[in-house]
Amino acid sequence: MHIAEGFLPPAHAIAWSVASAPFVVHGVRSLTREVRENPESTLLLGASGAFTFVLSALKLPSVTGSCSHPTGTGLGAILFRPPIMAVLGTITLLFQALLLAHGGLTTLGANVFSMAVVGPWAGYAVYRVLRRYDVPLMVAVFFGAFVADLSTYCVTSVQLALAFPDPGSGFLGALGKFGSIFAFTQIPLAVSEGLLTVLVMRLLVQSSKGDLTRLGVFLAGKQARTRTVETETVSR
Amino acid sequence: MNKNTRINALLLLVVAALAVLPLALGLGDGQEEPFTGADAQAETAITEIAPDYEPWFSPLYEPPSGEIESALFALQAALGAGVLAYYFGVRRGRRQGEMRATARQDGGGAGPGAGKSAARRN
Repeated sequence: MHIAEGFLPPAHAIAWSVASAPFVVHGVRSLTREVRENPESTLLLGASGAFTFVLSALKLPSVTGSCSHPTGTGLGAILFRPPIMAVLGTITLLFQALLLAHGGLTTLGANVFSMAVVGPWAGYAVYRVLRRYDVPLMVAVFFGAFVADLSTYCVTSVQLALAFPDPGSGFLGALGKFGSIFAFTQIPLAVSEGLLTVLVMRLLVQSSKGDLTRLGVFLAGKQARTRTVETETVSR
Repeated sequence: MNKNTRINALLLLVVAALAVLPLALGLGDGQEEPFTGADAQAETAITEIAPDYEPWFSPLYEPPSGEIESALFALQAALGAGVLAYYFGVRRGRRQGEMRATARQDGGGAGPGAGKSAARRN
């Protein structure tokens, strides 16, 4: 999902940066508030960021005969809500852009939008809806992480198709082309990411029940809806 | 091995199988370069769709060779894995400490079983 440095026309690069910026700024504010109000969260925040670091460095072979990597953003989005994941994802992308020439500064906005904004929000939404209907926690976690991963690559395909519509078949033709490179390759990897996220969540349930309860991870059914309402009233 | 560990091991096994299967089945055969990165394939697709497009910015720093690049990727994974391992280590140590403390408080009469359940409730 890393669009390479300089591979988006300037207008697109600027537009995606402008679109991502408010999410990252809001995320930084949520993050500082979380650390200030719940200093004991710091360690788990570090672990969520670390999970993204590991998973986005893992390039895995896929059924299409090419390689891609998971994103690791579902876990942090489920634990701390998507705004905080926007910051953790941006840090990971920045590390890769500066040290690995993977992604880039001019394409950072677009890459942040797909991996650190849309992925976490889509995954979190799926997790919340499933929990609302009393789907077991680990099933909801799996699909949350799966969707966070896959939606990231779908967004990348859309971003590239918008910037480089096919001369013959236009936007849709290009979308098919980029989609077959990214989205199809990503399906088995998204399954892997879902399973790894379930694994880490299982370990967290064993080791950090207190933190997960405070974060509202266990809430299900009608209670699941109160989670954001509560956190939002607390934050105000 | 208890049930929990078995499920965790099974999860890892399925992930490993998903990664190994495409290689074992030779799904990259017949391609010019098997198992290239999807990111690189997208770059190629861009140059096919828009042959005149010139990247207008280049990375400030580029790893001088594939070896250095893989070293930096390994560093990224190692940093992440290190922090994760530290987290779970700290948690485990803290839990064991709590269990021991409650067991000591409860004294000999309550036994270690009672201490354990009290620590869980926290």
